[in-house]
Amino acid sequence: MLVAIFGLMPILVAAGVSFTDLDIGGLAHPETVRVVGAANYVQLAGDPEFWSAFALTAGYVVVGVPLITVLALAVATGLNRSDGRFYRLLRTLYFLPAVTALVAISVIWKYMFNGQFGLFNWLLDLVGLPAVNWLSDPGSAQIAVGLVAVWRAIGLNSIILLAALQGVPAEQLEAAALDGAGPVRRYLHVVLPQIRFALGFVVMTTLIGWLQFFDEPFVLTDGGPVGATTSLSLFLFKRGFRLNEFGYASAGSIVLLVTIAAVTLIQLRLRRAHD
Amino acid sequence: MTRTQSRRRARERVATVLIAVPLTLGALACALPFVWMVANSVKTRSEAVSYPPHLLPSRWTFAAYAKLFTELDFSRYTLNTVALVAIGLVGLLLTAMAGYGFAKFPGRALGWGFFAVLLTMMIPAQVTMIPTYLVVNAAGLTNNLVGIALPTLVSAFGVFLFRQFMITIPDSLLEAARIDGASELRIFFAIALPVSRPILIVQGLLTVIASWNSFLWPLILSSSQRTYTLSVGLSLLNKQITTDPTVQMAGAALMTLPIIVLFFLAQRHIVAGFTMSGIK
Repeated sequence: MLVAIFGLMPILVAAGVSFTDLDIGGLAHPETVRVVGAANYVQLAGDPEFWSAFALTAGYVVVGVPLITVLALAVATGLNRSDGRFYRLLRTLYFLPAVTALVAISVIWKYMFNGQFGLFNWLLDLVGLPAVNWLSDPGSAQIAVGLVAVWRAIGLNSIILLAALQGVPAEQLEAAALDGAGPVRRYLHVVLPQIRFALGFVVMTTLIGWLQFFDEPFVLTDGGPVGATTSLSLFLFKRGFRLNEFGYASAGSIVLLVTIAAVTLIQLRLRRAHD
Repeated sequence: MTRTQSRRRARERVATVLIAVPLTLGALACALPFVWMVANSVKTRSEAVSYPPHLLPSRWTFAAYAKLFTELDFSRYTLNTVALVAIGLVGLLLTAMAGYGFAKFPGRALGWGFFAVLLTMMIPAQVTMIPTYLVVNAAGLTNNLVGIALPTLVSAFGVFLFRQFMITIPDSLLEAARIDGASELRIFFAIALPVSRPILIVQGLLTVIASWNSFLWPLILSSSQRTYTLSVGLSLLNKQITTDPTVQMAGAALMTLPIIVLFFLAQRHIVAGFTMSGIK
């Protein structure tokens, strides 16, 4: 019941609201809310801020999904090597960013990105590079925000892949070794096919994660400077909760939802074709 | 043991050590922000903003931590956060019940219900945020801890995991209990729940971590100090980074360290839980 109330009903409400001009005033006086038909969607299609947020989100997807998948796979493969105490400690270190509160993360990273006394500029200085205004320059802010997101995502995805790697039967690897397959071939032909499902899961959730990219730009830059890090979700959040344009934001939410559903479907279809 | 075998063992061991080098570097890179956080929370203010930065403080002080509790209202925030976690654990019990229901009382209506549950897993939080706000607002639960906890009380993913696990409980066991005259509720608490202990531990941990860390929703819903959680309190501090980073680092540490300790203790269960949950 709770899931239905807080999971399904909101979608229906959002769909309904997206055809109205509901705002904070309309919340208090429902009788003033007007049905505006598809006007919100038309406005959305002609809104340059919406499209720039869309392009940014797409860019993060294209760079971020392969990056996180490959890094998480490398980490998981390395961690799977041994079950010793030292490796267990390493595991915990990798997982830490994933379980830490977002707010704490933003406080720490803002401090490290600080232009005057931050850690990063000092490191750049050590190797003789000029200082960077990490969060106030549009280009470097996009990189900084993405960097924190990758740092956070490695841990959880590594756990999933590690769990899958531990399920690969040792006999199969031994059999392949007896057949004369080297480590690389064993990895490509025995290990990877065995963890195909987990790998697909990681790619899918990472993809959806980037499409919903919100947390890092929200707490680190609030979408700035000059909108450089305003992702799609952040754009919707600002229109809805800061400008109180609930109707307009709901229309955008529905577009996001349809995009995610479409991407998920395409991926599932591709995977089925592949199998 | 033959000689080739022992030579192979030795070579494997060398490889394990060699792999440990890049892995350790990566792990240190992951942990660096936390080390930085703790180090700066025990520095004096002037040292924390000096350049070039030092990793370790030259003089240790816990003044920043004291400030959180004397000059700021962090004891109240902590209590609120703990209360939120407690409500979350009640939600965990409801999640387990729902999973049990879906696993053991199948029927057409429940089949559709389960499909609906799965559907909600795909929807981004931002899509549902505005309507959820409308619902909570209509119920008069804004600026209220219950309102903050309610929307995430039962997670679709949790129901899914519990169902997958509880479906393996043999029906004969439940039948036997029923014949002995046990009530349905009693069967759930005495049989289904204990059997699902591993998944209960993992979900419990995830619930605790999620409620402890939750941020955006509490931020939207609370408009007075009375219901601020640690995350909201810290985000207000965050707006003044240049004034006193040591206080902010102390606040961040206060928020982070309990989770780190909990996670370190439970790490084994989490990996095991992921293996069991079938995501492999």
